[in-house]
Amino acid sequence: MTALRMKDTFRRGDAVTLTVEGRCVMAHRGETLAAALLAAGMARLRHSPRDFSPRGAYCFMGVCQECVVRVDGVLRQSCQVPVEDGLVVELKGSL
Amino acid sequence: MTPADLIVVGAGPAGAAAALAASEAGLQVVLLDEAFAPGGQIYRAPPQPLSVAPTARGADDAAGDALRAAVAASAVVWTGGARVWSISGAFRVDAVTAAGSESFTAPRLVAATGAHERLVPFPGWTTPGVIGLAAATILLKSQGMVPGRRTVVAGCGPLLAAVAAKIVAGGGEVAAVVDLAGPGDWLKALPRMASRPDLLRQGLGWALKLGAARVPVLFRHMVTGVSGGETCETVTVAPVDAEGRLTGGRSRMFDVDALAIGHGLVPGCEIPKLLRAAHRFAPEAGGWTPVRDAFGRCSVAGLYAVGDGAAVAGAEPARLSGCLAGLAAAQDAGRLPADVFAREAGAARAALDKALVFAGAINRLMRARPAMVEAIAAETVICRCEDVRRGEIEAAIAAGAREINQLKHFTRCGMGPCQGRMCGETAATLLARHVGSREAAGYWTGRPPLRPVPLADLLGQFDYADIPVPTPAPL
Ligand SMILES: Cc1cc2nc3c(=O)[nH]c(=O)nc-3n(C[C@H](O)[C@H](O)[C@H](O)COP(=O)(O)OP(=O)(O)OC[C@H]3O[C@@H](n4cnc5c(N)ncnc54)[C@H](O)[C@@H]3O)c2cc1C
Ligand code: FES
Repeated sequence: MTALRMKDTFRRGDAVTLTVEGRCVMAHRGETLAAALLAAGMARLRHSPRDFSPRGAYCFMGVCQECVVRVDGVLRQSCQVPVEDGLVVELKGSL
Repeated sequence: MTPADLIVVGAGPAGAAAALAASEAGLQVVLLDEAFAPGGQIYRAPPQPLSVAPTARGADDAAGDALRAAVAASAVVWTGGARVWSISGAFRVDAVTAAGSESFTAPRLVAATGAHERLVPFPGWTTPGVIGLAAATILLKSQGMVPGRRTVVAGCGPLLAAVAAKIVAGGGEVAAVVDLAGPGDWLKALPRMASRPDLLRQGLGWALKLGAARVPVLFRHMVTGVSGGETCETVTVAPVDAEGRLTGGRSRMFDVDALAIGHGLVPGCEIPKLLRAAHRFAPEAGGWTPVRDAFGRCSVAGLYAVGDGAAVAGAEPARLSGCLAGLAAAQDAGRLPADVFAREAGAARAALDKALVFAGAINRLMRARPAMVEAIAAETVICRCEDVRRGEIEAAIAAGAREINQLKHFTRCGMGPCQGRMCGETAATLLARHVGSREAAGYWTGRPPLRPVPLADLLGQFDYADIPVPTPAPL
């Protein structure tokens, strides 16, 4: 799954660079981390603790917790975190 | 600790209207929302500096801006970015804000926290790439993103056409719209939907857009499975009857990288539940709803519940119910003369009753279909947080679980970080088959935290060196 940024209908903020699992990912200020990761083709954000099944953002409103990742070492809901230049993200969150 | 006359939690159309009505009547109002700007789900604004291009702005953008301007111009104390996690007493509200942890107190509280999505599990529903239908509106409206390269849009209600049309307009491809309802169900809803010609016109506009893009619409169909390992690859759909039972007709497969799916909305009445207000089960309102009088007063003194967080009815009823509760709070605080209250609340109540005609037709299309829950396979995961399968739930019921909180302790279903918001409806529907009714099955007991908050946010930033250690007494 790779989300598409709409071109003509939205105005985006300045570009920022995140480090995700050691890889550089471009995003724009105003985007949430969950959306920026989807646009970079990163749908799988974590594994469930019991079955170790792949999971990704599902509700985008802070309810389901499926989008939890480590941001600068701290577990956060990526759908609630605005992107910032230099964020270091690890896709191995679990609550 | 910030004292006020009234605290409103949730700044969607319901909460904003409650805050404005109470503030106009002279109450000192604090309005809290975890979002950074008022608007709620329907009018969610893109976070700055992301914005909708002037040429692409629609009616919802204008309505949202009007709501935000009204709050900004009022005496309401707006506190955005405040995630409310606990409410105790009558009433102390604890929230995590940019400033750390903050408390607010007031003798009156309006709960306006909105709805969340119902989704009946199916094989593969936990696969990344499967997102909620309402969730897709958040990506489309507030992030300016189309969920995938090629998407199946499935479930029920008007969000189907709204989401599919926005994906097409945004440059994405919709492989199919898969609707539980049939054309006959939509026709039956038409006379009541005609009570809102503006919304009906909007819906027809979406349908035309989908027709022009030649998007196939499969009526009376449902998604029976998603396959793919790390992400969604294939979606299988099959025909169903009016109650969502498979008819045995031919199934079809679509190769897509995204599925947006939702089976209606459920009122998110965590605050009334947490404060132990009386509730009743009302399928026509989406599920459990707090018992309220005509103005939104709950069974707990000083507590009001409004909008889709109390009974699912959509944006305009949410606004009107909020307005009523704001007036009632002012009246209860002794700030609104009886005749003014009677006049203003009477007008809002009449408008609300009118708006509920349209809402009733939509709610019927979005109603829960218990037959779909009955048909869930034993190995399908019900509780995403704890990976609890239907088979384990049935085993716990056979072992004697008779009430939903018991079921939780037997299986851990509902014990994970989403606090049962994703699985609660399904688990209760499964239990109700054995104990006779949803009333008998009950609902999760409300407990803090209302929303999970990182411990670091509650404790604040500190180093060990900052912890004051008293100098030891001399020996
Ligand atoms: C995800 C989603 C998308 C939707 N999209 C549309 C749409 O595009 N068009 C449409 O017509 N209808 C949509 N709806 C239906 C929507 O319920 C109504 O249109 C309308 O927004 C309801 O208004 P409300 O004020 O009752 O609640 P909402 O608009 O949902 O507002 C509730 C507010 O409460 C806040 N909140 C909740 N819990 C807390 C907490 N613990 N702490 C702080 N703040 C909190 C939320 O951030 C939110 O802003 C959507 C519903 C959902 C769930
Ligand atoms: S996607 Fe559900 S909490 Fe972030």
